[in-house]
Amino acid sequence: MSAAPAGTMHHESIYSGGIASWLTTVDHKRIGVMYGVTALLYFIVGGVEALIIRLQLATPEGTVVGAEVYNQMFTMHGTTMVFLVLMPLAAAMFNFLIPLMVGARDVAFPRLNAFSFWTWFFGAILLNLAFFVNQVPDAGWFGYANLTSKQYNPGLGIDFWVLSLQIMGIASIASGINFTVTTLNMRAPGMSLMRMPLFVWMALIVQILMLLAFPVITVGLVFLLFDRFFDTNFYVAAAGGTPVLWQHLFWIFGHPEVYILILPSFGVVSEILPTFSRKPLFGAPFVIFSGILIGFLGFGVWSHHMFTTGLGPIADTAFSLGTMLIAIPTGVKIFNWIGTLWGGTIVMRTPLYFAVGMIALFIVGGLSGIMHASTPIDLQQHDSYFVVAHLHYVFFGGTVFGLFAGVYYWWPKVTGRMLGEGLGKLNFWVMFLGMNLTFFPMHFLGLDGMARRIYTYPAGVGWEQWNIVATIGAFVLSIGVLLFYINVVRSLRSGEPAAADPWDAATLEWSMSSPPPEYNFAVIPTVNSARPLWLHKYGPTRDISKHTKEDGTPPQPDHPVERVELPSPSHWPLIAAAGLTLAGGGTMIGLLPVLIGAAVLVVAVYRWAFQPLERPGNPVFGPGGGSG
Amino acid sequence: MSAHATTFAVPHRKMAMWVFIGSECMFFGSLIATYLSYKGKSVAGPTPAEILNIPLTSVSTFVLLMSSLAMVLALDAVQRDHTDQAKLWLGGVIVLGGLFLAGQVYEFSHFYHEGLTLQQNLFGSTFFVLTGFHGAHVTVGVIWMATLLFMAFRGKLGPEQSLDVEVAGLYWHFVDVVWIVIFTVVYLIQ
Repeated sequence: MSAAPAGTMHHESIYSGGIASWLTTVDHKRIGVMYGVTALLYFIVGGVEALIIRLQLATPEGTVVGAEVYNQMFTMHGTTMVFLVLMPLAAAMFNFLIPLMVGARDVAFPRLNAFSFWTWFFGAILLNLAFFVNQVPDAGWFGYANLTSKQYNPGLGIDFWVLSLQIMGIASIASGINFTVTTLNMRAPGMSLMRMPLFVWMALIVQILMLLAFPVITVGLVFLLFDRFFDTNFYVAAAGGTPVLWQHLFWIFGHPEVYILILPSFGVVSEILPTFSRKPLFGAPFVIFSGILIGFLGFGVWSHHMFTTGLGPIADTAFSLGTMLIAIPTGVKIFNWIGTLWGGTIVMRTPLYFAVGMIALFIVGGLSGIMHASTPIDLQQHDSYFVVAHLHYVFFGGTVFGLFAGVYYWWPKVTGRMLGEGLGKLNFWVMFLGMNLTFFPMHFLGLDGMARRIYTYPAGVGWEQWNIVATIGAFVLSIGVLLFYINVVRSLRSGEPAAADPWDAATLEWSMSSPPPEYNFAVIPTVNSARPLWLHKYGPTRDISKHTKEDGTPPQPDHPVERVELPSPSHWPLIAAAGLTLAGGGTMIGLLPVLIGAAVLVVAVYRWAFQPLERPGNPVFGPGGGSG
Repeated sequence: MSAHATTFAVPHRKMAMWVFIGSECMFFGSLIATYLSYKGKSVAGPTPAEILNIPLTSVSTFVLLMSSLAMVLALDAVQRDHTDQAKLWLGGVIVLGGLFLAGQVYEFSHFYHEGLTLQQNLFGSTFFVLTGFHGAHVTVGVIWMATLLFMAFRGKLGPEQSLDVEVAGLYWHFVDVVWIVIFTVVYLIQ
C-alpha cells in the first residue's frame, strides 16, 4: 500500500449531536446510517420469524405453532425480509455511497431523502403494529387475491399489510426519483456515464426499476383496498372479475422487484473483486450493459410466476423464452467476475470471501431458476420447496452475501473503524455452511413433493430427514449472523481505526477521511478515469487510457479551499411522513385520524416547500465558515 | 435549488418531474390496462354504451385542453416578468381545471343516480377508480396552481421563480395528456 492516505485527520464526528439532530438531519450519510441500523434490526425480526417456521417444520406433526400463526410467520418473514431488510439495506448503501462515488456533496433533494427514510420507517412500524393488536397479515408476502378478500380474511391483518406496503411504496418512488437525478445530474466533472463506478450503475438501474415497478403494485393494492373497504369487485370472480388480475399486477411489480433486490449486490461484488484482485473489472462495459439488459428483460417475464394459472401455450412459450434469455446477461456477469479474479493478485480479506461466496451461491440459485423457466418443469416444481430453495439461494446467497460483502467493505468508510478480520472470516464460513445446510436440502424436499406453506406434514412420507437438517442449518446460519453482530459491536467499541483508503481501492469514496467530513469533498474532484484513485497512485500502467498519473484524482485535502454551504436541518420531512402514515394507517380506525393525518401532511408539505434549503445557521465550511 | 452546475445542464427539479412522469405512466398505464381487460366482463348493467355522455365529456375535454394553453401562456408571462398576465393565465388554469372537475362531479353524481355505483359492476369499479384518480391528479394540480397564484399576488413569482411554474406546468400537461388517453379509450372507443 504505497499510497499516502489522505490522513485520518480529526474532524468533528459527523455522527455527533443529540437525537434531535438525527430526527432533522438531511445529510445523506446520516440517513444512510439510519437505514442501515433499522434494516439490521429488522433482520433479527425476520430471522426470528424464519426460525419459528423451521422449528415448526423440524419434525412431522409439529406443534410449536398452529396453522394460523404459521401463516402469519411466513407472511411476515417474507414481507419483512423484502421490504424491511434487503431493500433498506441496499438503500443504506445507495444513500451513503452514491454521492461519495459520483463526487457530490449531497443528493439532489436532501429533504426529500429524509422524507423517504421517515416514510419507510413509519410504514415499517405500521406493518409490525399488527403484532401488537394481534391482527397479523397471513396471506403470504405475495398476498394472492381471494386469500386477501374481506370474505375470507375479515380481520385487520391484511389492512395492515396493504396500507404499510402503500406507504413504503411512496418512500421507494420518492427515493427512486432522488437518486436517479443525483446520479445523472450531480456527477463530478469528467465522470462520464462509462466512468461511473459499477455500484452506482447498478444502483441507477435499481432506481429506474423501482420507479417503473412500484406504481403497478400501487394500483394492485388500490384495487385490493377498494375491494376491502368499499366492496368493489376487482378480484371477485362472481362479479366477472378475476383473482388472476392481482397476480399480473403483483408480478409485473414482483419480478422487477427480484432485480431490485439482486442488482445492488451485483454492484457491490463488481466493486470488491477489482479491489481485492488488484486489477480492473474484466469487461466493465459488458457488465454495465448486461445490468441494463437484465433490468429491461426483467419487465417482460412476470408471467413465469404464473405458468400454473393456465395462460395458454403461446404466453407460456413467450415468457419461458424471455426468462431463459435473462440467463445470458446474468451469465455474462458471472464470467466477467471470474475473469476479474483470473490472473489477479488476490488479497484474501473478508469482503472478498463474501463476494466470492455470493457468486458461488448465486450460480446455484440461477441454475435452478433456469430449470423452472421451462414451463413443463415449472408445473412440477411450482409451489414446492424446490422454489423455496431457489429463491433463498438468490436472495440469501445472492443478495444477503453480496450486501454483507458491501458492509464489510465500506464499514471502515462509514464508521472510521475496521471490522475484525478473523471474526469476519469465521462469520463467513459459519454463514456459508448454515446457508447450504438450510436451503440445499429444500431442493430434495421439493422434488420429493413437499409443498410450500404447509404448516406440518405426516410422518413416514420421507421428509423427516431433510427437514431436520434444514432446521439445524437454520440455527447454524443464525449463529453465523450472530457473529456478524458481535463483530459490529466489537468494532464500534474497540475496532482498529480505519485509514482513508484501507483497501487501496480505486474509486472516489476512498479519497477522503473515514468517516467522511460533513461536506464529503473539500474540493470537488476532477475525474479522468473509471479508476481515478488508481490512476493517481499507480499511473496509466493499470489504466488503458492515454492519461498520465497526474490525471488521477489525488486524496482530498483536509479542509475546503473555498466556502462550502450545506443544507440546514429540517423537521418537516419527518412530520410530513408522520402525517402520511397517520392518514394511511388511520383508515383502519375511522375518519378523524385520517383527517388529522392529512392536515398534518398538507401543513408539513407547505412549510417544507416554502422553507429555504439553506438558512442562516446552516453548516458552512472553508474560508469564512464557522463549522469547520 | 440554487444554481449549482448540473451534469446535464437541466435543473434537478425539472429532471425529477420528468422522472416522476415516467413513473406515473406506469400508474395510469396499469389503471387503463385493467379497465381494458375488464371491458365487457360486467355481469350486470349499466354498460358504457348506456350511460356515457360523449358530447358532455367532449366539452370538458376541450376545457381541460384549453387549460394547458393557459398554462403555457402563464409560464411565458412569468419568464417575461409580466406579473399581471401571469396572474390572469394562472387564474385561467385554475378556472378551467375547476370547470373540468365540476363536470366530473356532475358526471359522477349523474351516473350514481342512473344506477352506476362503484360497487354495481366491473365497469363501475374500473371507471370510477380510473377517472377518479385522474380527477385527484387534476385537483392536486389546481391546488398547486392556486399556490403559484398566491405567490404571484404576494409579488414572489418573478422570472427567477419561472422554474417553479415550469415544473408545475410539466405536471399539468402530463395530467392533460393522460386525460386524452382516457377520453379516447373509455369514451370514444366503446
